[in-house]
Amino acid sequence: MEDICQQYQGVTGRKISFIILLALVLFGVSIIALSQGPSSVGFRESFAALFQDSGLAHGIIWKLRLPRIVMAIMVGCGLALAGTVFQAILRNPLASPYTLGIGWSAGFGAVMAIIFGAGLYNEYLIAGNAFFFALLSSFLILGIAKFKRSTPETMILAGIAIMFLFSSLSSLFQYMGTMEEVHEIVFWFFGSLSKVGWKEISMASVMILFPIPILLKWSWDFNLLAAGDESAKALGVNVDAIRMLGVVLASLVTAGAICFTGVIGFVGLVSPHITRMVIGGDHRFLLPASALVGAVLVLTADILGRALWAPQVIPIGIVTSFVGVPFFFYLLMKKTREYW
Amino acid sequence: MLHVQGLFFRYKNITVLKDVEIGLNKGEILSIVGPNGAGKTTLLKSIVRIVKPDKGTILIDGKDASRMNRLNLAKCISYVPQALPSKFPISVFDAVLMGRRPYIVWKPSKKDLKVVADLLKSMHLESVALRDFDQLSGGQKQKVLLARAFAQDTDYLLLDEPTSNLDLKHQMEVMEMISGMVKKKGMAAMLAMHDLNLASRFSDTIMMLNAGKVFCTGEPSQVITVENIKSVYGVEARVNRNSGHPYILPIRPLN
Repeated sequence: MEDICQQYQGVTGRKISFIILLALVLFGVSIIALSQGPSSVGFRESFAALFQDSGLAHGIIWKLRLPRIVMAIMVGCGLALAGTVFQAILRNPLASPYTLGIGWSAGFGAVMAIIFGAGLYNEYLIAGNAFFFALLSSFLILGIAKFKRSTPETMILAGIAIMFLFSSLSSLFQYMGTMEEVHEIVFWFFGSLSKVGWKEISMASVMILFPIPILLKWSWDFNLLAAGDESAKALGVNVDAIRMLGVVLASLVTAGAICFTGVIGFVGLVSPHITRMVIGGDHRFLLPASALVGAVLVLTADILGRALWAPQVIPIGIVTSFVGVPFFFYLLMKKTREYW
Repeated sequence: MLHVQGLFFRYKNITVLKDVEIGLNKGEILSIVGPNGAGKTTLLKSIVRIVKPDKGTILIDGKDASRMNRLNLAKCISYVPQALPSKFPISVFDAVLMGRRPYIVWKPSKKDLKVVADLLKSMHLESVALRDFDQLSGGQKQKVLLARAFAQDTDYLLLDEPTSNLDLKHQMEVMEMISGMVKKKGMAAMLAMHDLNLASRFSDTIMMLNAGKVFCTGEPSQVITVENIKSVYGVEARVNRNSGHPYILPIRPLN
């Protein structure tokens, strides 16, 4: 009898080790990212500059490279978390901020704020509008799920419809906008980390970090939702409330992740799947691990995007897909077990 | 004692349950039988408040269930549904550990883990403890769900057709586990059943439900009769009473 307990604790220990390993990997990748860039501030210099308070190197590190790294980590964490939560509460392996159209509507909100707030670039307006539109489409999907007893397929179809709606609305802006606005929008659609400063980061981190403890507290409830609404209710989960608030928080996280960086699509879908393949579907471990996987993915993609074609920078959104898709295919082919 | 009084449930314009009364004492097994659509599942779901009844009260040891919050209700009544979502990607140990959820705040305690380990051992599931739930056979899955309900440590256990889709041996094992637990821990179990013979063999009381109404309630020998089966199921049957429990042999459907 002690035997099963010990075995189980062994498995749990391995899951925790995986999370620690991911944190170390993320740290390592961050250090590599810190020493990379168009200017010739190398490994040693950049590290030293981190702790100096003057000089050119200091400026490059603190004003350019570090914000970029921090934002990449935030975006990766945020998209992966949102994807994991959407997959759990909709019990749908295809759910993610982008497949549900929520990323696109948040993006539309941000673009709208950028254009109509022309001249007065206001990060509160951008973030707020992104969140508003993210919530709008989340509740649309939730409503469809509730009233039509919808299958995973219907939800994704609804998401695709929303995606088309908002991407064509954004295109309309492009069509009618001035050159400058068009440039802004196009840039946004590629997904980019080059425009972020500490102001944007602090705004985004509030939106991404604040829900994390709540989501972690709910990880049991997310696990129970996987066993079906009926089981979950019978085990004391307030299913409707969790689903509603879960969607609100996941939308907030999504909006935070993309309102300053644009379309970085693939992370939210694959990070939970990659993580689930390694440590299984227990959200107590899945949530933090998947957030770290997302962060590593985005940061690595950014390093590659800057290194591959230097000094040209390939937009992060494009690289994420180039890195993520083959890796995901590889995992799909290699694993025979199904997780959904 | 679990007491259901004047329970009504309406779905759109159809009355699914009509004035249902139940009294279930601890240490007893009550089987609810009746044709498809008689309201068996809805009755169980109303009691655990998966669905909300239109009228009626449910008293658990004298306390009104509608005034309890979900978490406290989950400490009183456990429920084993008829089916799970097609994919349930979690290990057997974790699946059973879910039953401890009403007691867990942040992380499972040593006691929670021990309860799960003991149950897995006593139900002969140790060999599959770390396997994926999805990889198990139907019979093993049902035992795991039963273990999850036992882990919930409640006085009342509600099961929706626990033996459907199981082979003969698993049917017997599952029913013996239920009746064993009821005797050992003084629980009470309420089962929605299709198999009248299993119901009559293992139940203290059988309630026959027809079109949402209680047709009759009583000991198996009182309820399982040729006339009752004829009027509720519309089936001509023979009832054999030689083995102590009534045993039915269906002959043909009546029109």
